[in-house]
Amino acid sequence: MEKFTVLNGLVAPLDRANVDTDQIIPKQYLASIKRTGFAGGLFADWRKDPGFVLNQPRYKGAQILLARKNFGCGSSREHAPWALIDYGFRSVIAPSYADIFFNNSYKNGLLPVVLTEAEVDRLFHECNAFPGFRLVIDLERQSVASTDGALVMRFEIDPFRKYCLVNGLDEIGLTLRHADKIREFEARRKAQYPWYF
Amino acid sequence: MPQTLYDKLWNSHVVHVETDGTALLYIDRHLVHEVTSAQAYEGLRAAGRKPWRVESVVATADHNTPTTHWEEGLAGVRDPFAKLQIETLDANIRQFGAKVYFPYLDRQQGIVHVIGPEQGATLPGMTVVCGDSHTSTHGAFACLAHGIGTSEVEHVLATQCLVTKKMKNLRINVEGPLGRGVTAKDIVLAIIGRIGTAGATGYAIEFAGAAIRSLSMEGRMTVCNMAIEAGARAGMVAVDEVTIEYLRGRKFAPSGALWDQAVAYWRTLVSDPGAKFDREVPINAREIKPHVTWGTSPEMVVTVDDAVPDPDRENDAQRREAMERALSYMGLKPRTPITDIAIDKVFIGSCTNSRIEDLRAAAAVVRGRRVASNVKLALVVPGSGLVKQQAEREGLDRIFRDAGFEWREPGCSMCLGMNPDRLSAGERCASTSNRNFEGRQGPGGRTHLVSPVMAAAAAIAGHFVDIRRWS
Ligand code: SF4
Repeated sequence: MEKFTVLNGLVAPLDRANVDTDQIIPKQYLASIKRTGFAGGLFADWRKDPGFVLNQPRYKGAQILLARKNFGCGSSREHAPWALIDYGFRSVIAPSYADIFFNNSYKNGLLPVVLTEAEVDRLFHECNAFPGFRLVIDLERQSVASTDGALVMRFEIDPFRKYCLVNGLDEIGLTLRHADKIREFEARRKAQYPWYF
Repeated sequence: MPQTLYDKLWNSHVVHVETDGTALLYIDRHLVHEVTSAQAYEGLRAAGRKPWRVESVVATADHNTPTTHWEEGLAGVRDPFAKLQIETLDANIRQFGAKVYFPYLDRQQGIVHVIGPEQGATLPGMTVVCGDSHTSTHGAFACLAHGIGTSEVEHVLATQCLVTKKMKNLRINVEGPLGRGVTAKDIVLAIIGRIGTAGATGYAIEFAGAAIRSLSMEGRMTVCNMAIEAGARAGMVAVDEVTIEYLRGRKFAPSGALWDQAVAYWRTLVSDPGAKFDREVPINAREIKPHVTWGTSPEMVVTVDDAVPDPDRENDAQRREAMERALSYMGLKPRTPITDIAIDKVFIGSCTNSRIEDLRAAAAVVRGRRVASNVKLALVVPGSGLVKQQAEREGLDRIFRDAGFEWREPGCSMCLGMNPDRLSAGERCASTSNRNFEGRQGPGGRTHLVSPVMAAAAAIAGHFVDIRRWS
């Protein structure tokens, strides 16, 4: 997994609440057995509209997606973060996320930043007002800032998740450090509740 | 200290906790299907890893399997990608193994959330995961069951654990008797209408109260199934006699002395008196009526005697805009009475409502009648091969066929339209599934979520009808 430290990226504003994973990547694009190659499916239905944000030249190459509340609700498909990453996004900024999408994002090195509704609102205004609006996301310092540093916002993140992202660590390897503990637990459970095995 | 059911399930599975609360949770049952597992197995192979405990894996192909042309074998799968996913699952199970695998065309194949319980592979007290958000269904058995992403599928395969954090406790008490024609589906739609699709984000829901206890296991599964549509990864119901009776004699349920031992333990899987919930929501079952969604999110729902809402009466600008967008997508005018909405297709199926009880209830409505002439297609897709065989023994297939319904092979089918069963653009469907998102049942398709009896009645009438007035 790619490390995530500091990201200085162009921001694309997606001004809709409750964007579900069926919209992020419609099911007709799920038909792959690989983890890559999903960029074409990203927001495929909405991209048919020439006015859609990702079709506007000013947002070409965007790495940060600015969104509204409950982003990523619906189906658990991990293709949603895969498609965002494959398209070039490294981070999403929104006031809230659906749980499964939120988890899936971390596991693929896509950082879901949570800011308050007011902060997100402010960013939408900035983004609309200034073509080429970029933000600097500093994971180590847990901050989102405008490139001139005039605007600085702080965000919270789980220390463990941060550690994994900053170091680009594979979660399975991390878990297997506890292999003995898992085996012990399993043996105990098997003795106590044999019908589950 | 008194514990909630969720606390008990959580505590009995924690292997390790980091200082920040991130825990390794031991997984008892891992359900695997063709659409979200290929990349996980690919990852295992690339890293040279093996599944930790093959015996925990129950696998089937259900999401994109066709519901017709089974007599042609694999050649009947016309979509090359679907075929590739089905074959890839076959190959992965062959290489890595499973406790049991119900491949495409097997007589016991079916929707993963239908077959787990009916095989007794889902048992009270288990942690159950699957790369599918409707895994919450299994919570009906007092399991901690939730959907996971494909990276997590790989993680659970490799380590038998899930890295996760404890959720908060929410209890929804549905008290009082249910009215005639009101079903488990209406309970859960009423709950979502009340708390919204993000209403339970971050919580594990325990569904409790007399109305929940009065439900069969099928009904409880319907309610837990849609916990995810209320924002919760997991929903659950405490163990009682109904749970135990359902499991008795099932293929993978324990038997003999082990059964007695298990039952004694399962009876403890209830919230203790005085257990603390972070939040409680009371719902009066007497007030619940049949529900119909009108928009493109399950929270956009009204009762059948109501009308399509008017965005002009919504004060919140963001919500008004969402309503307007939904109405334009759905091709509906504000204030149209729900019973005036004509439909083009009907889908009775999905992990929400494709079990034998659902089919019996729908068949009772259509018996001796005909599907309306404006309805182009009315589909019944049983949840599994076993459900299908049971229904056929009871003659339900004939009732449906005589009425003009198509009787199909089991699978997810038009719930998500990954197989050929889809809505065309602009088509309106009365569906017993769980998601009415834009394009969910086919690009441009318009979905109205309802109970099986409401869907059956709509098929006969050609438009929505109040099942309470049906005779
Ligand atoms: S029936 Fe629908 S919701 Fe259920 S598992 Fe299949 S696709 Fe998912």
